[in-house]
Amino acid sequence: MKYKSQNVAKLYFIAAIGLFIGQILFGVTMGLQYVWGDFLFPAIPFNVARMVHTNLLIVWLLFGFMGSAYYLVPEESERELYAPWLAKLMFWIFLIAGAATIVGYLLFTYSDLAKLTMNDLLPTMGREFLEQPTITKIGIVVVVLAFLFNIGMTILTGRKTVVSLVLLTGLVGLAVFFLFSFYNPDNLFLDKYFWWWVVHLWVEGVWELIMASILAFVLIKITGVDREMIEKWLYIIIAMALISGLVGTGHHFFWIGSPDYWQWLGSIFSALEPIPFFMMTLFAFNVVNKRRREHPNKAATLWALGTAVMAFLGAGVWGFLHTLAPVNYYTHGTQITAAHGHMAFYGAYVMVVLTMISYAMPIMRGRTANNEIAQTLEMWSFWLMTVSMVFITLFLTGAGILQVYLQRYSESPLPFLVVQDKIALFYWLREIAGLVFLSGLLVYVYSFFAKGKEVGEIKEITT
Amino acid sequence: MSNSTAIENEQRLLPGDLAIWFFIFAELLVFGIFFIVYSIQRLQHVELFNQYQATLNKETGAINTVLLITASYFVVRAVDAIKTNNISSCINWLYASLGMGTGFLILKSYEFYSKFSVGIGINTNDFYFFYISLTFFHFLHVILGMIIIFFVILFAKKGKYSAKEHTGIETAASYWHMVDLVWIVLFPLVYIIH
Repeated sequence: MKYKSQNVAKLYFIAAIGLFIGQILFGVTMGLQYVWGDFLFPAIPFNVARMVHTNLLIVWLLFGFMGSAYYLVPEESERELYAPWLAKLMFWIFLIAGAATIVGYLLFTYSDLAKLTMNDLLPTMGREFLEQPTITKIGIVVVVLAFLFNIGMTILTGRKTVVSLVLLTGLVGLAVFFLFSFYNPDNLFLDKYFWWWVVHLWVEGVWELIMASILAFVLIKITGVDREMIEKWLYIIIAMALISGLVGTGHHFFWIGSPDYWQWLGSIFSALEPIPFFMMTLFAFNVVNKRRREHPNKAATLWALGTAVMAFLGAGVWGFLHTLAPVNYYTHGTQITAAHGHMAFYGAYVMVVLTMISYAMPIMRGRTANNEIAQTLEMWSFWLMTVSMVFITLFLTGAGILQVYLQRYSESPLPFLVVQDKIALFYWLREIAGLVFLSGLLVYVYSFFAKGKEVGEIKEITT
Repeated sequence: MSNSTAIENEQRLLPGDLAIWFFIFAELLVFGIFFIVYSIQRLQHVELFNQYQATLNKETGAINTVLLITASYFVVRAVDAIKTNNISSCINWLYASLGMGTGFLILKSYEFYSKFSVGIGINTNDFYFFYISLTFFHFLHVILGMIIIFFVILFAKKGKYSAKEHTGIETAASYWHMVDLVWIVLFPLVYIIH
């Protein structure tokens, strides 16, 4: 580790992994509730399990991004973090606020939680993914502003690199677009319209910048390839991500009451959203092939390449499947969306955070890479989680195709709940794949404690 | 070393940086899809498209075509100049191309203004939707092309380029030609053919 203050990332990563475990536990719980509706009822009803599952995902990814930034930025800026104490303070505030919110979801009915947190004063609750009480949202804003100040001051007073500036742009975007979660108009159309400014412009806009810069950083470190080559790819990838992703928001505006032209704009631009992900795949493999050093952290290399491939499949291919307006007319809001959501979040954002953790955690624990056993276990967990996520996606896609046909396309369409019964087999299979994913996650956690033969140091390749 | 050799090999096939060609390809794909969709829509509503096409200002469109082609000629002269190590001439040609680009932006803004000021917008009808969104998207590309040229000028002033190493200038030139090429298709397609 080059700078002492990078160590603050460790806290964030540990919290991220802890919340990740929670997310998956609630995931397998609600996976079972799909086919066994009364499971854990009334203690944890489906809607609560779902809310906790998705909210934990967002919160732990934010912990992961912040941890990644705290590790990456000092090294790129060639100076200590501007205020390490602030990073630690914000960590505890964010963790306590996040935990309190989840406990609130579990202990109170949602309407009571809204009353308790005085949602009436500034109503922002009750919308998918943005269910957090207003006070939590304000907390998120405070934490993110303090984080941006810390990161921004470090970058601006140190060496400026393309990687750190792209990261900063992405993080500023993350903060700015989150502000739309406070806009909660009575008009349902306007509500939905600006809701997507948070949801879409995060995951299909500014988060891609964060992802690309974290991936670029890790690739620079493990391959030793010229920064200049990586930077030019970064420029092209983010330009393409923004060109396709910003107007691509239109693919959410097809059926919410927006003007018709969104069907054209949304279809055309979002059809191009796979391109930056494809470029990222080409870029990652290209860079690893041209590596100038053999890094002993093989697991981190595997995660980095895995991220590129899975992000392209999950976000790119599975997104494209249902992004054209005539297709989306039938598929919107079905299990096709769930299939895409699972693989895209895992492939793009979960995996890029795990890539960073895989690279940085051993260094923060005083070694270049983990021992052989630990790395073997980590690679096992990679395959267990990735392959089971592929199966989760395939089963949900199967469920989705059947659902679309039976419920919306056939000569005599069936009601929603009748269809849900008919596709139960896919849900059972998805639940099994989910349990395999959980086992992969447990192997992953165990890999941090495994002891074994230490690996060598970085070997520069001389030609 | 193998890395830089590989990059040099790539440059023999295409002028400029290989990465920009991926970008150019992706951009042409976007415009290509847009043009195809336009053509299909036009086929289905020929009368409507012909009627409103007649309201477009062909003269400014034609002048803009000349401006962009001239700008392309100027960036070619800039690349020629750097090949003979004539840095100041190269910079001047690049400035001249920026001037042409600025002219394009002014005329196009005037065109947009004259449409918007009489209440025509993206919502008016299918033709205006395509006219405005296509030309505005291209407008943004002209700006991006000019930003790239501007940065290349800054780098050239710092002495980053020479007869031997001028990839950056070729990269900017390649991108500018793409912006030009798109307009050469867009102008007849949207303004002229009926």
